[in-house]
Amino acid sequence: MDEINVEIKDAVLEIKNVSVAYNKGNYAVTNVSAAIKRNRITAIMGPSGCGKSTLLRAINRMHDLYPNIVTEGQILLNGADAAKMSTMMLRRKIGMVFQRPNPFPNMSIADNVIAGYKLNGISLKKSEKEEIIEKSLQDVALWKEVKDSLNQKGTFLSGGQQQRLCIARALAFQPEVILLDEPTSSLDPISTKKIEELLIELKEQYSIILVTHNMSQAARISDYSMFMYLGELVEYGKTKEMFINPKDKRTDEYLTGKFS
Amino acid sequence: MLNGEKITKTILFLASLSIILIASGMVLSLMEGTIPAFNKFGLKFITSTDWNPTEGKESYGALPFIVGTVVTSVIAIIICLPLAFSTSLFIGEIYRGKKIASFIGTMVDMLAGIPSIVYGLWGFYVLRPWIVEMGFNDQGYGVFTAGLILAIMVIPYATSISVEMIKMVQNDLKEAAYSLGATRKDVVFNVILPNARSGIFTSYILAFGRALGETMAVTMLIGNSNIIPKSLFDTGNTMASLIANQFGEADGLKLSSLVAIALLLFVITGLINGLGKMLIKKI
Amino acid sequence: MVSSITEIKETSNHQKWDARFIKDKIFTGLIILFSLITISPIVLIISKLISKGYKQINLSFFTETTPNTYQAMLANEAGNTIPGGILNGITGTILMVFLASLMAIPIGVLIGIYLYENGTKRYAKIVKDITDILQGVPSIVLGLISYFWVVKFITNGFSALAGSFALFIMMLPLIIRSTEETFKMIPVSIKEAGFALGVPYHKIIFRILIPSGLSGLITGILLATSRVIGETAPLMLTALGSMAVNLNIEKPTSAIPLLIWEFYNDPNMVDLIWASSLLLMMLVLGINLISKMIISKRNL
Repeated sequence: MDEINVEIKDAVLEIKNVSVAYNKGNYAVTNVSAAIKRNRITAIMGPSGCGKSTLLRAINRMHDLYPNIVTEGQILLNGADAAKMSTMMLRRKIGMVFQRPNPFPNMSIADNVIAGYKLNGISLKKSEKEEIIEKSLQDVALWKEVKDSLNQKGTFLSGGQQQRLCIARALAFQPEVILLDEPTSSLDPISTKKIEELLIELKEQYSIILVTHNMSQAARISDYSMFMYLGELVEYGKTKEMFINPKDKRTDEYLTGKFS
Repeated sequence: MLNGEKITKTILFLASLSIILIASGMVLSLMEGTIPAFNKFGLKFITSTDWNPTEGKESYGALPFIVGTVVTSVIAIIICLPLAFSTSLFIGEIYRGKKIASFIGTMVDMLAGIPSIVYGLWGFYVLRPWIVEMGFNDQGYGVFTAGLILAIMVIPYATSISVEMIKMVQNDLKEAAYSLGATRKDVVFNVILPNARSGIFTSYILAFGRALGETMAVTMLIGNSNIIPKSLFDTGNTMASLIANQFGEADGLKLSSLVAIALLLFVITGLINGLGKMLIKKI
Repeated sequence: MVSSITEIKETSNHQKWDARFIKDKIFTGLIILFSLITISPIVLIISKLISKGYKQINLSFFTETTPNTYQAMLANEAGNTIPGGILNGITGTILMVFLASLMAIPIGVLIGIYLYENGTKRYAKIVKDITDILQGVPSIVLGLISYFWVVKFITNGFSALAGSFALFIMMLPLIIRSTEETFKMIPVSIKEAGFALGVPYHKIIFRILIPSGLSGLITGILLATSRVIGETAPLMLTALGSMAVNLNIEKPTSAIPLLIWEFYNDPNMVDLIWASSLLLMMLVLGINLISKMIISKRNL
């Protein structure tokens, strides 16, 4: 893991000895440490139940919502302790995209994009609003498709479009990090491809962490990969190196499809 | 055994027929009992404010009791609204899954279990003196006192349905809002309320339907006067409390008038409950 | 544009206790406050019942019938506890709830099964709607109906039977819906396994469905019982009340809630009110508790 430690200078996030337990003592993630590189895509892979989503949700403290989940360890965002920030502030700096597209059904497409501002009670001037909506939708390559129906509810959009809308919603706040929890698992291959291309473009401006159960997706778009197994971070390194020459036997078995 | 299945199915069908017979028999009996009053007063029965049992000058009208019923139930819902809403958020969202939520939920269930007459007693011996002490009126009886006890009685119904509706709001929508930095208040007003609005509204409709027909507690607190209440602290009577109060000494035209009021009450509660069920099916 | 957003971020970053945070705390505080207000009546009512009622709960409370108002007056003047008890009410409540259950359980369960089996038919939907309507009918109206049907036509006078008939109509929709819901939760495969073995239809119902859903059925029946046990209004119009223990279903009969109503109207009996109400509350809460225990056991 030496090569990763060297890169701490460029790290946007530092995960230090993080463990997450459901219902006291029942650990889903044990003692994970890793530095996440700025402006790169980092994939977290592993078989289902390995704790990859749990780790992801520890980063923006989603676990705080559930009283029976305990997070231990430390996470630093740009060197500052995430636990000491208010969750509201932390989550504005770390956007999140969920497994299933979940635009707010009671809001129009435009309102969905600026939902973060609305929910946080930040009032925007009309011009600012339009600018943010247009830029965010353009960033996710949805602008052309929806620019004439901005004031309609987003329910008529396809699954892939809805998911891009949800990414736009996360981008509108200009977060530093975007967390994606299996964002393409409910989408068709064409929509998946579009999202993947989008993520590669987005890493110019954002640091991206992507949880995926699909190792070929990790291979296609990620720069760094983590392999998790039974709550443990087994291996973490450059994606290419890990796929060509895995260091751990379990990683090798996973990548060669011995278990899934 | 040859036709065992057919016999079983016939028995089940006959059982189902019994409830239809009971329900339609109820409507017919109420209508039949109403005939003398209807022949005498016609539709004016509904708009008349007279309730005079003096022999020879007998005259009966339902308006004061319709007004009394609606007013007490509306007071009940207004008081119930913030309380049931807060409690359902407490149980269904803010402390969802925690022990304290199930504790509060159990307490609310217990409220639903208290018999009407016990509410009436407590209202009579505890609530009524408070009303007197606060100087609202001399005796403490009246539509407000009745509405207050009704509010406590219907809170469990509004709360339990609202909790279900709040819990039905998809978790990933709430998480999406939290992931954007929203506070709990933001999530309640921007995600939960817009998505559970119609369900919560329905819970109050059904609670209103309950309040309309409550009898004992209201009878003990409303003051039982057969006039249209002019202010919150005036005495009055609801349709149900009038029947409970006057049934003992009723026969002839008066009994028929009470039956007519029962029929009205049946129709009004039926409409309100029907509306509630219709709305709930849409959700 | 970019600069304006960064500005917002920076300002609120340094103020953990900014206005929004405080507003959220106030909001949560209000929710907690209102929730406490909501549950306060249960605490107030139960403590009142216990503090006022416990001194009248003794052996004679359960074994003797109600005193007349003169006896009570003498006891009050002498500063003694009121003699006598509410045996006539306890036996009346048991008798009428038992009779009502006797009618409501078989019919209710059969209709529940009918709805479960035929849920999609138009006729079944009508039956379902009627069940819902019946559940919403105010209990006093049911009392009036029982007055016309039973008091006027069957027993020619106020009677336990008339009281229990009103309670029966109240219980019926509750048992129907709980039966249907219970059976819906039984996996269809269990029923199909029975059919696959060539088991006749009625045996599937009585040997497979009802035993599999028994705890659910019992819970539904108990909850229906606890709903009607405290009913007063319909009994005033049907059972009327009685000073003596009466087990003849054709004669007027008392019940605990009816006695409370009588005591309420008699200033000499005040002390008995609280003890009777306490007993009634404990019956209702006890039955609720038992059904909750059955539910939690089933879920294990």
